[in-house]
Parts: sequence; structure tokens; C-alpha cells
Amino acid sequence: MNEVSITLDSLLGQLLLGLVNGSFYAILSLGLAVIFGLLNIVNFAHGALYMMGAYFGWIALTYLGIGYWWSLVLAPSLVALFGMLVERSLLQWLYKLDHLYGLLLTFGVSLIIEGTYRYFFGVSGQPYPVPELLAGSTDLGFMTLPNYRAWVVVASLAVCLGTWFVIERTRLGAYLRAATENPKLTQAFGINVPLLVMLTYGFGAGLAAFAGVLAAPVIQITPLMGNNLIVIVFAVVVIGGMGSILGAVATGLALGVIEGLTKVFYPEASSTVVFVIMALVLLVRPAGLFGREK
Amino acid sequence: MTFVRKHGVLIALAAALAVAPFLFYPVLVMKVLCFALFACAFNLLLGYTGLLSFGHAAYFGAGAYITGHAMTAWSTTPELGLLFGVGAAALLGLVFGGLAIRRQGIYFAMITLALAQMLYFFCLQAPFTGGEDGLQGVPRGNLFGLISLSDDTAMYVFVSVVFLGGFWLIDRIIRSPFGQVLKSIRENEDRALSLGYDVDRYKLVAFVLSSAIAGLAGATKTLTFGFATLTDVFWGTSGEVVLMTLVGGVGTVLGPVVGAVVIVVLQNELADKVGSWVLVILGAIFVVNVLLFRKGIVGEVVARFGNK
Repeated sequence: MNEVSITLDSLLGQLLLGLVNGSFYAILSLGLAVIFGLLNIVNFAHGALYMMGAYFGWIALTYLGIGYWWSLVLAPSLVALFGMLVERSLLQWLYKLDHLYGLLLTFGVSLIIEGTYRYFFGVSGQPYPVPELLAGSTDLGFMTLPNYRAWVVVASLAVCLGTWFVIERTRLGAYLRAATENPKLTQAFGINVPLLVMLTYGFGAGLAAFAGVLAAPVIQITPLMGNNLIVIVFAVVVIGGMGSILGAVATGLALGVIEGLTKVFYPEASSTVVFVIMALVLLVRPAGLFGREK
Repeated sequence: MTFVRKHGVLIALAAALAVAPFLFYPVLVMKVLCFALFACAFNLLLGYTGLLSFGHAAYFGAGAYITGHAMTAWSTTPELGLLFGVGAAALLGLVFGGLAIRRQGIYFAMITLALAQMLYFFCLQAPFTGGEDGLQGVPRGNLFGLISLSDDTAMYVFVSVVFLGGFWLIDRIIRSPFGQVLKSIRENEDRALSLGYDVDRYKLVAFVLSSAIAGLAGATKTLTFGFATLTDVFWGTSGEVVLMTLVGGVGTVLGPVVGAVVIVVLQNELADKVGSWVLVILGAIFVVNVLLFRKGIVGEVVARFGNK
């Protein structure tokens, strides 16, 4: 019997771990939603970009001696540049076609990235140390809180809220929303929509890489980590719908927590619970929790 | 004459299959046939109904696993084993398809992918699938209890017949009035709906048919090679079948077959030589295909020389 041995400590521990995973879901589904909003492309390469971020951190530390904090800035910037390159060279030719081609093309891109990393780094996991500043844990009285995990949750939330603020409360965000709603009209008002599109994809890619660096110390870094995660994030996106930023963030966090709790109470189902919830949501609310079906 | 005109492609395929084992390694041809049938089943959805299922490995894998299980645990004959596999895949298609058709377009693709991944995790843990090892050493058994399939020639004939049967069935579905409705849904779902067709029901039936045939392909693969593994239900396999169809030509009868030949032979040739670069090459083909070559090989040929 499992239930007897569940202590408050392990419950809270899994809860926190769920929040950590949920943070990654939140950042990634947020990026997917922002990209989909403007480009009408479901970015399958999102997982691969996340993986690139994590590897950047590992490579920078192992070969160049560049530490965690620099990586947290550099990896998103470089991956964002890479993303913009992908958008200019490949994606921009697809905007007039069926959405499905965007998914297929970015799937191809994700295979190219994954294959390249597999060639150079193999499939075995690489460890990444927790940065010194955040090593250790804090005793809260009722539980011990690993500092790094707390940091992941706080940093992710900050980034998500920042993104929400930029999109919903600033002039740039207003342009972005206008271009999402009606790109032609927005362009006619003198706003450089193609530039906006490029920057948006770059920003989404950067977000994914940021999540990758954040994840590096708490997971095994492998070339496969991205594409395995992206399928779960797709389920998250189906559950939440891609219409709302805060909806995407809340859904991501909630599902992470539910996954964590499942690990405590019924570990066998922990890898499938997100998909089961997706099926249930489809039955009850086909448009998704925050979705607007067009 | 009408028979020849109507079944020209089928006759040509049968003739090619009669010659193929003298020119190529028969086991490779059998592998191509399994994936070709898989791709044809997939094409029934994408090419003729306009639905992109990004998790078709689920049905291929379900057929593979259940047939493997029936053959080992229950020692059924191969034709009965296939039936179990096909039935399981059809049932799974009914459940997953019923969920997925509740959303359109890009969401449909994501849902099918996610559901397939759920099955993947299930197969990783379920007691009868052998976890990471999969099912190994599945016997081929005796067809109808009489003909031993352990002989490669007999197996080759069997696989060819299954493939041609599946191919014929799909061709028959496409040309039927039912198939015409599917095409109208592909062209304009709203119009089909306004004409009084129960679009969701048509989609679901198409989905179940496609899953069942994909399951048949997976089941035949298990019989041929004697194993069913996690690769069969992995999203990579779902991606491969999309690629095969895309390379050969979406919405063409012969396209998926040509695509399967290209991709399986390519993988076979490259696997030992270039290692992980296979993935990069497949990805690059995807990219080039989507950007420059959307009609696929057969599609281009038809567009250039086609009579229709």
C-alpha cells in the first residue's frame, strides 16, 4: 500500500517538482501560443530549441568555462538569433499555405537539430551542476525547500508575467496584437509586420532556450529531451487553447502540479495523466479551457 | 478491357511484386510493403479527407503489439492474429478518432500526436508489451493451420497478398460514393455540411478505416520480422509515415507506395553508414519537400504528364 507511506514532506516535494515541470510547460506553451498567434504556425521545433538552450549551457560551462548566469542571458539570445534565421530562410515562405505545412516544416527542422546534436553528443544524459548561489536548501519548518527549484518557479513566473505585460500593456504589444488580428491592415498603417513576425519567432525561440537553461540543472541533458517534452506541451496547449497568454501559463502550471500529485498517489499514471486530462477536456469542452474556436 | 483500365495500377503492382524478389532482398521488399500499406492508410486520411493525423504510429503499433501478443501468448494462427491486430487498431481508432475530430485543423494534428504518445507510455509500462525490449521472437505460425510461413517465400507471397488486398480496399474506398463525400469534406467542410452530410460521422468512419489498415500494416510487420517494439508506437514512426506520403505525393493513389520505397530504402542504405545523420537527412527531406516539392514525386509526374 502506497498511501500509508506518503509523508507531508514527500507530498510537498512532489508538489514543488510538479510546479517546476509546470513552469517549463508554461514557458513553452506561452511561446507556442505567441508564435501561433502571429505566424499561424504550430512550432514543432520548440522542443528542439529548448534542448538547444540546455546544451548551450552545458557546452558553455564544459568547454568555455562560462557559468550559469551568463548562459541564462546568452543562450536565449543566440537561440533567438537562430530562430530568426530559421524564420527568414524557411518559415516566411509558408504563411500563405495551409497551417499544416508549418507544422510539417518545423517538424523537419526539429529532426535536423536533434540529429545534429545526437551526432555530436550521443544520446547519454549530461549533468549540469546547480549554480553555487542557489545550491543547498532552505528549511521552512514544514518542509525543506531546494533553493534551485524555488528559483526556477519564480524566474519562470517572472518571465511569463513579463511577456504578458509586454504584449497586453505596451505599445509594441499593441502592434503585435494588431498584427495578429489583421496583418494587412496593420501593415497599411505603416508597421513593419514582417519584422514583427521575425522578432516574434525569435522571442519564442529565446523563451524556449531560457526554459532549457533553467531546466539544465534539474534534468539530464540529452538531444531527445526536447522532442519528448514538446508532445506533452502540445497536449497542454490543446487543454488550454492558444487564445490566452495567462490561460496558457495557468494551464501549464496546473498540469505540472497534477502530474506531480499523480506521482505521489498513482505513479504508474504519471506519464499519461496529462493526455488523459486532454481527452477529458475534449469531451467536456472541445474548444479547450481558454480557447476560442474559430 | 475495363478491368485492366480500372485495376491497371493494381496489376502493375502485382507484376512488380512478382519480379521484385529476384532483384532485391525479399525481406527488404516485405518491409517496404508493410510501410507502403501503412502510408496508403495514412494517405486515406490526409490525402482524401484532409485530416493530418500526426499519431498514426499508434494504430500501426497497436496492430503490431496485439498480433504479436496473440501469436505468442494465445498461439493463434497468423490470419487470426492479424484479425486481432486489425480489430484492436480499429477500436483504438474509434476512440482516439472520436476524440480528435472534436477539433479541427492544427489541433487535430496535435491531439492525435498526444494520444499516440499516451499509447507509447502505456506500452512502456503495460505488462504484456515487454517494456523497453518489446515482444521478441513472435512466431509466424501456419497460415490457416496448414501453410508454414517460416519459409521466406511463403511469407513473401502472404505479405504481397495482404498489401495488394489493402491497396485494393483503399482504392475501392476512394472511388466509392463514400470516398467522394470524403473528398468533398477535404475540399470544403462547411459546404459538405450544408449539403446535409454528417461530416463528423464521415470523418470518424474514415479515421477508423485508416486506423484498421494501419493496424494491418503493423500486424504484418510483426509477423514478418517477429518483433513488435516501442519504435512501432513512437512519434518518430508517425513522422516517417507523414514523410513517406509527402515525398510520394499526398492525395495520389500510388504516391505513398513510392514514398515508402524511397524512405525505407534510404534508411536501409544509410543506417550503417552515417548514423545519426539519417535523422538530419530525413529532416532535410521534410524541409525541402514542404518548401519546394509539395506535390511529391507522383504528384509532379501526374501534373506534368498526367491524363487527369
